[in-house]
Amino acid sequence: MTTTAPPPRDTRGPAPKRRARRVLGRPELFTSYSQDMAFLNTRPKQLGVLAIIAVAAYLPMGLPDDILALLGTGLVLAIGAIGLNLLTGYAGQVSLGHAFFVGVGAYTSAALAGDPDGRYLGFGVDNVLIWIPAAGLAAALCGVVVAPLATRLRGLYLAIVTLGLVFIGIYFFTEWRDLSGGAQVGREAAVPVVFGNDLTRDGAYTEEQKLFWFFLAVLIVFAVLARNIARSRIGRAFAAVRDRDIAAGVMGVELSRYKIIAFTISSFYAGVCGSLLFAANGQFGPEQFGLLLSVQFIAMVLIGGVATISGSIMGAMLIALLPRISSELPGLLGFISSSPIEHPNIFEIETALYGGLIVAFLLFEPRGLYGIWLRIRTYWKSFPFSY
Amino acid sequence: MTQFFTAVSIGAGNGSIYVLLALGFVIIYKSMQVISFAQPAFMMSGAILVSYLSPKVGFVAACVLGAISIALVALIVERVAVRPMVGKATFVIAIITIGIDIVVRVVAGAFVGVNPRQIGDPWGLDVVTIGDVQVQHRHIAAFAAAMIIVVLLFAFFRFTPIGLAMRAAALDQEAAMAQGVSVGTVFAVSWGLAGGLAAVAGVFTAAGNSIDQNIYVVALTALPVIILGGLDSLGGAVVGGLVVGIVQSLTSTYHRDIFPNLDTNTGAIAPFVLMLLVLLVRPQGLFGTKEVERV
Repeated sequence: MTTTAPPPRDTRGPAPKRRARRVLGRPELFTSYSQDMAFLNTRPKQLGVLAIIAVAAYLPMGLPDDILALLGTGLVLAIGAIGLNLLTGYAGQVSLGHAFFVGVGAYTSAALAGDPDGRYLGFGVDNVLIWIPAAGLAAALCGVVVAPLATRLRGLYLAIVTLGLVFIGIYFFTEWRDLSGGAQVGREAAVPVVFGNDLTRDGAYTEEQKLFWFFLAVLIVFAVLARNIARSRIGRAFAAVRDRDIAAGVMGVELSRYKIIAFTISSFYAGVCGSLLFAANGQFGPEQFGLLLSVQFIAMVLIGGVATISGSIMGAMLIALLPRISSELPGLLGFISSSPIEHPNIFEIETALYGGLIVAFLLFEPRGLYGIWLRIRTYWKSFPFSY
Repeated sequence: MTQFFTAVSIGAGNGSIYVLLALGFVIIYKSMQVISFAQPAFMMSGAILVSYLSPKVGFVAACVLGAISIALVALIVERVAVRPMVGKATFVIAIITIGIDIVVRVVAGAFVGVNPRQIGDPWGLDVVTIGDVQVQHRHIAAFAAAMIIVVLLFAFFRFTPIGLAMRAAALDQEAAMAQGVSVGTVFAVSWGLAGGLAAVAGVFTAAGNSIDQNIYVVALTALPVIILGGLDSLGGAVVGGLVVGIVQSLTSTYHRDIFPNLDTNTGAIAPFVLMLLVLLVRPQGLFGTKEVERV
């Protein structure tokens, strides 16, 4: 028996990491995985995002306060929409219960920041750096409690159970009057105070301007966080669970673990959104966390673009601007009335627009606003040969 | 004891409404594997339509006309908005039905008007006394109507060719198509049936009440029913509807004794709590088919 010589051992050790280089003039050519998965993987994206942030930061100087207030609400809603998109878009778990978690966040922050000697429950913690994360954590805790039930269910069963959650949530919010002020009454929302600067008081800048900048900053933090979650191990597991949960399970993705993670993160985002949502209004009641709010979040995700962070933001902005758009309609279309007694009036049009937009987008552009952007981009990228 | 039986009678009456709604949900689910969230809108528009028709043609004729018209509306909705999506993920179709629900409800709500509408039913709040128990006519009527409709429906599925086709398509869509069953017709008929059932449910919800913008919430309470009975079980919908109705009415009646500290009546959320409890034990509902996972 001849002994075969062992294969020559690789004395070089592991191959030296070749530095991945971008090829000039070939923006879509990635020479390494990490390049492809980079946070903003092409130069135009990097510049574009910078430009958008710059424009957004400049907006308060150029826009009237009423539009700013709407856009500010849109920024806050975008946080919630990103949360729902992580759950529904990335992990594929349909939830109609987002409004409940938003409510938990809103009440946690209102109670924490509330006046200890006031009419309602309050602890007098007025630092936003404490009550925003606390609101998120409280909502996330509720998410963890609900999640084990959710992991047993799939698809439409889950949608109905989370729908039930909204009804049960409203009941508890209404019933716990020390906390919520009860039905039709409501209580004051948490006042955002950043480093001793009360954002709801007009100073050198108006309330709307200051809130807009603050919301923008918070949104950027949470959007970056979400984008990083989506491109990490967790995000890939979410996508696997969404695409085929059994196959994901076979491949070693722990289904229930990742479903619980998805629920928790999504609830955290919802809580953060809730804690800021009423900062501008200053007052909110338990009936605001109804099915309509959940459907609005679903609409934001679907209209914006499923499983995209930028799409969630676009969708949230559009939904936030809808009341304004529909209030402009009577000027354009004579038959629409702005009085609530006549029909069709702007409030009906606004509600119908949610439904109509959901149906229209799902039928004609399932990728949402993000898909429209993709089409425009592809058209210009392949310009003379656009077919 | 009188109180108990009164509660049961109310529960059976309301439960019959849930039965009608739940049957609609289950019929659509069996044919398309989709929950149609448009049922609340059809129920609301049914009630409103009948309230307009009944002064002109009489109550019974109005009910029949209303049910047929809403069935037609459901047919059109199915053809325009749902059929193009067949084959897409079920949750996408479900969300589309949410969109449809909102639009239809807004359109129907525009006809409610400022003053609460009456449906013009012959029962009102009249009662008949059986033993010591006062039973409202409208609850008896709802129960009787629901049971008649259930029997007719089961006969329809059992004895008519299209009923057979529907059962075949529910069992295995592709195999049914291979045997010459027109699945498109099955979809259309199931949506039409669900729309008609929802309209009748709307009539009984509005009987002895007035119609306002929030009448559709009753249909959402029928969602726990289908979870309780099992999404794909017609018998489950019947049993589940009655159980949910009775549990809800008992909770409302004995709310003071059970939860003396809670001011708001727990009856409204009892169906949802019941649903959560059942799901903890049996995720597929009481009579549903256990989901088999195939790789």
